[in-house]
Amino acid sequence: MNSLLGFSLGFVFVCVIIAMLFSTVRLLIGPSAQDRILALDTLWMCAMLLSLVQGMRFGNPLYFEAALLIVLIGFVSTVALAKFLMRGEVIE
Amino acid sequence: MSGLEALPPWAALVVSLLLLLGGGIVVIGALGLMRLPHFYQRIHGPAITTTLGAGCLLVASMVLFSSLQSRPVIHELLISAFILLTAPVVAMMIMRAAVYRDLRGRRRGRGGPQGEVYRLPED
Repeated sequence: MNSLLGFSLGFVFVCVIIAMLFSTVRLLIGPSAQDRILALDTLWMCAMLLSLVQGMRFGNPLYFEAALLIVLIGFVSTVALAKFLMRGEVIE
Repeated sequence: MSGLEALPPWAALVVSLLLLLGGGIVVIGALGLMRLPHFYQRIHGPAITTTLGAGCLLVASMVLFSSLQSRPVIHELLISAFILLTAPVVAMMIMRAAVYRDLRGRRRGRGGPQGEVYRLPED
């Protein structure tokens, strides 16, 4: 059963890496700025999931705080970028 | 892999199933983000990544650490609640920015990629 768990942890690690690659492709080829913001938001979320999966692989709950910080900063940066696209300035 | 050998078999099975499901959903959402042709279709792709994929992985983490430490470890609920609160806000902000930019580009009639807001272009 432990081999199944090890396989699942490796599988989900590779899956999150592949998702980050797809998001990076969209970030590079995105035809408009909102596409790039959407890809960047997905990249933040995938980075949070990567930190969480690393914490599960190493059995260390300290990675949880890193995941929480990543999701907080990702939300703030995405909202700031969307506000900048809509108004041309972040704080009005 | 420290301490994962002490996991009971039922917990290992549940965590493995949740991890496989969550990994597949994360890849499907990112594939939708990369492959779909228009922006208003692409914005639906990462929604499944941020809600269902992240939810599966967070529940798997909760079950794993709870059964490893023999006590309920539920601080992943913080991340779950934050994602469930902020995912609609982010989607609404990006969508409003996209609609505003498309309408402004169409009104000026020049510059920038002009998307059709209320119907999809035929191509």
